[in-house]
Amino acid sequence: MLGLPFFKGVRAETLPSDLGDHPLVVRGLTVSYGEKPVVFSLDMTVQDGSMTAIIGPNGAGKSTLLKAVLGIVPRLSGVVAVYGRSLQASRRRVAYVPQRASVDWDFPTRVLDVVLMGLARDLGLLRPVRDRHRQRALDCLDRVGMRDFADRQIGQLSGGQQQRVFLARALAQDADLYLLDEPFAGVDAATERAIIRVLKGLNADGRTVVAVHHDLSTVGDYFDHVLMINVRRVAEGPVATAFTEANLQTTYGGRLETGHVDQLNVGKIHVD
Amino acid sequence: MGGEFVMLSLTPILIGVLAAVACALPGNFLVLRRQALIGDAISHVVLPGIVVGFLLSGTVNSWAMMAGAAGAAVVAVALIELIRRLGGIEPGAAMGVAFTSMFAFGVLLLEQSDTSSVHLDVQHALYGNLESLIWVEARGWGSLLDPVALAGLPPELPRIAVVAILMLAFTVIFWRPLKISTFDEGFARVLGMRTNLIGFGLVIMAAIAAVAAFDAVGSIIVIAMFICPPAAARLMTNRLEHQVLWSIAFAVFSAVVGYVLAGYGPLWLGAEDAVSAAGMIATVSGLVLGIAALYAPHRQRSGAPADA
Repeated sequence: MLGLPFFKGVRAETLPSDLGDHPLVVRGLTVSYGEKPVVFSLDMTVQDGSMTAIIGPNGAGKSTLLKAVLGIVPRLSGVVAVYGRSLQASRRRVAYVPQRASVDWDFPTRVLDVVLMGLARDLGLLRPVRDRHRQRALDCLDRVGMRDFADRQIGQLSGGQQQRVFLARALAQDADLYLLDEPFAGVDAATERAIIRVLKGLNADGRTVVAVHHDLSTVGDYFDHVLMINVRRVAEGPVATAFTEANLQTTYGGRLETGHVDQLNVGKIHVD
Repeated sequence: MGGEFVMLSLTPILIGVLAAVACALPGNFLVLRRQALIGDAISHVVLPGIVVGFLLSGTVNSWAMMAGAAGAAVVAVALIELIRRLGGIEPGAAMGVAFTSMFAFGVLLLEQSDTSSVHLDVQHALYGNLESLIWVEARGWGSLLDPVALAGLPPELPRIAVVAILMLAFTVIFWRPLKISTFDEGFARVLGMRTNLIGFGLVIMAAIAAVAAFDAVGSIIVIAMFICPPAAARLMTNRLEHQVLWSIAFAVFSAVVGYVLAGYGPLWLGAEDAVSAAGMIATVSGLVLGIAALYAPHRQRSGAPADA
């Protein structure tokens, strides 16, 4: 459609037929950097319309899982289905928010240009950016409370503001499945509230949200489903049934103190 | 005055300008990708290829030398990958090993073979022969409309012009993939862009610019123009679109001012000879970068965000 090899076309990948049409199904995924597997034989099923947290200790393969699902890092084995089809076929339905620290914020560009990157598939190689594209990008910035910063150089933003710009870029992708890598890492409290408000808004709109999350104390408040991994999958399911002390101990090894787990009010269901 | 200028200075200045712009354009992205050393590496590794191309074809300034240079670039890429895999070392170190040894091999080959009959030596490899690319048939500005005189243009001029246009076309057509994948490679992949292909295409383009410029003006200019104009331009603005325009302006300025200073500077200072134009052009581009580093408006790096 874009006519040039710099974009991947829609290519049929043979998928098993029994995967259903869930937003995301992962079967037997193994990813390895060098000799050591970072993710091993992992299964995952994301329920449609869910808010799913991926939790686990440092080095458990949470970010790698997202990157392998999205084809950013190669997978050694395993199957990934997005809405029952290959990633290539479902690309337009997926939006991604990478870790804030993964890019160089001194890159010479403005906030609005970053959000416009979310429209790259619509724009193709040479179609000019028109007022309606700019308006769409500004609306996305408005939703994360960053409209006034549209003309700023991205290096002038605080960490929380950078994270909101990344979220606005994902909003511009107008996807059905949102994958976020540590969206609350190193952000101020106001940004955290702004981001969770936007994510819950997306979710209320019927979109599916999957986020790598590190703050165990907010899992029950923010999410309804949880995937607990430590290289392998430990537990998966609704927060009410899967987010248990036993599963946490298995996931984090001996690293969680029992008292710590108590403070998390594990098992209580938080209803907004 | 006009006739002498068109004959002796117009074509060297044009070739210098086009070579500078052809290198500066891909240089913008190489600098932002922290790959500026690739320009340096390419201009070193092509030397043995050019010598082999010459030895096989027996003439200078031929397409055989360009083909040899391209072949050497491919060998270098394979060699770097091999050293990296076998040695288990980081790409920068593998690159360092590959390009210094290939350059040394090129110099050896040059010294051992009989190239005395032609103008091909280490001096030429470094500084090129910009001053000698004169337009003998020119009789004044009117020659620009005279087909007979135009046929006598040095062949380096149309060659570097084609390459400069190619670089411009590549930058304009692939602007979005280049920009997005340079800023955020992971996101570019999620959009479905083939980031490996984009990165590889950029290196190939840089190699073409390096080889074409090397042919006319030597490797000193190539190394300087990949880095100095884009780096100085980055300090002038916070927008990539403007940075690329600034880098073109700095490249043109360096080429013109460098050429004039090389020809007349020593005379103004009371000396008799001219100095190497390529060396002076590289010097001017370095001075531009130095001045930009001291006085340009966007020198401050934002650094790590305060709350990280």
